[in-house]
Amino acid sequence: MSKPAIETLSIVVEREIPFPPEKIWRALTQPHLIEEWLMKSDFKPIMDHKFKFTADWGSVDCQVMEVEPHKTLSYTWGAYGLGSVVTWTLTPKGNGTQLRMEQSGFGTDKQQQAFYNGAKQGWPKFIAALEQVLAGLPA
Amino acid sequence: MRTSPDAVLKTLADPTRRAIFERLCREGEQTVHVLTDHAGVSQPAVSKHLGVLKLAGLVRDRRAGRETHYSAQPRGLEPLLDWMTFYSAFWQERFDRLEDLLKRIDQ
Repeated sequence: MSKPAIETLSIVVEREIPFPPEKIWRALTQPHLIEEWLMKSDFKPIMDHKFKFTADWGSVDCQVMEVEPHKTLSYTWGAYGLGSVVTWTLTPKGNGTQLRMEQSGFGTDKQQQAFYNGAKQGWPKFIAALEQVLAGLPA
Repeated sequence: MRTSPDAVLKTLADPTRRAIFERLCREGEQTVHVLTDHAGVSQPAVSKHLGVLKLAGLVRDRRAGRETHYSAQPRGLEPLLDWMTFYSAFWQERFDRLEDLLKRIDQ
């Protein structure tokens, strides 16, 4: 299920996949496989590596932030006027894997971190008002 | 031109500015005077914040006599909603493709 969470401006998609983490990791980190399900890229699983995803509609500017083989992969994702962070988490579950993707508008990027720290105070109250406002918007 | 989600977030990152926007969402239209009474900062500061909110499309103003009245523009939040809607669908579809790929490739 995808669940837009206005609290953090993040999107979480989580699925149980009937394959081991090692296999999923390959699909997340090898460019020829990444291209098959996501986009063409010059990705490398190396800290701070800058890369791009490209598609016919444009490109996404990225930088690797965290690599823990078979467990966690995180990169910045800059597109559509908003810098965000995409984090993949792989947790073994039975014979398969619980795969979780979180894309967050308040990432660990320095600028975003500074913003988040500034915004944290009073944010929950704001969210309550925001939800009220959104409820009143035409669909 | 349409405001980017990033610009909306940056506009609302300032706690005082966000409090003003919140108040307008909650209480409806307010004058600068009333907003200043609750903001805990000077009237010029409040006016400046309102200017930034207006630029981001989050508030609208209306002159009536000597007073300017401000009201919240919820539609200003739409860039954030669009962003979330787009990516929710995007990742669902990519997860499907990933699962298909995993079925096809060797261990």
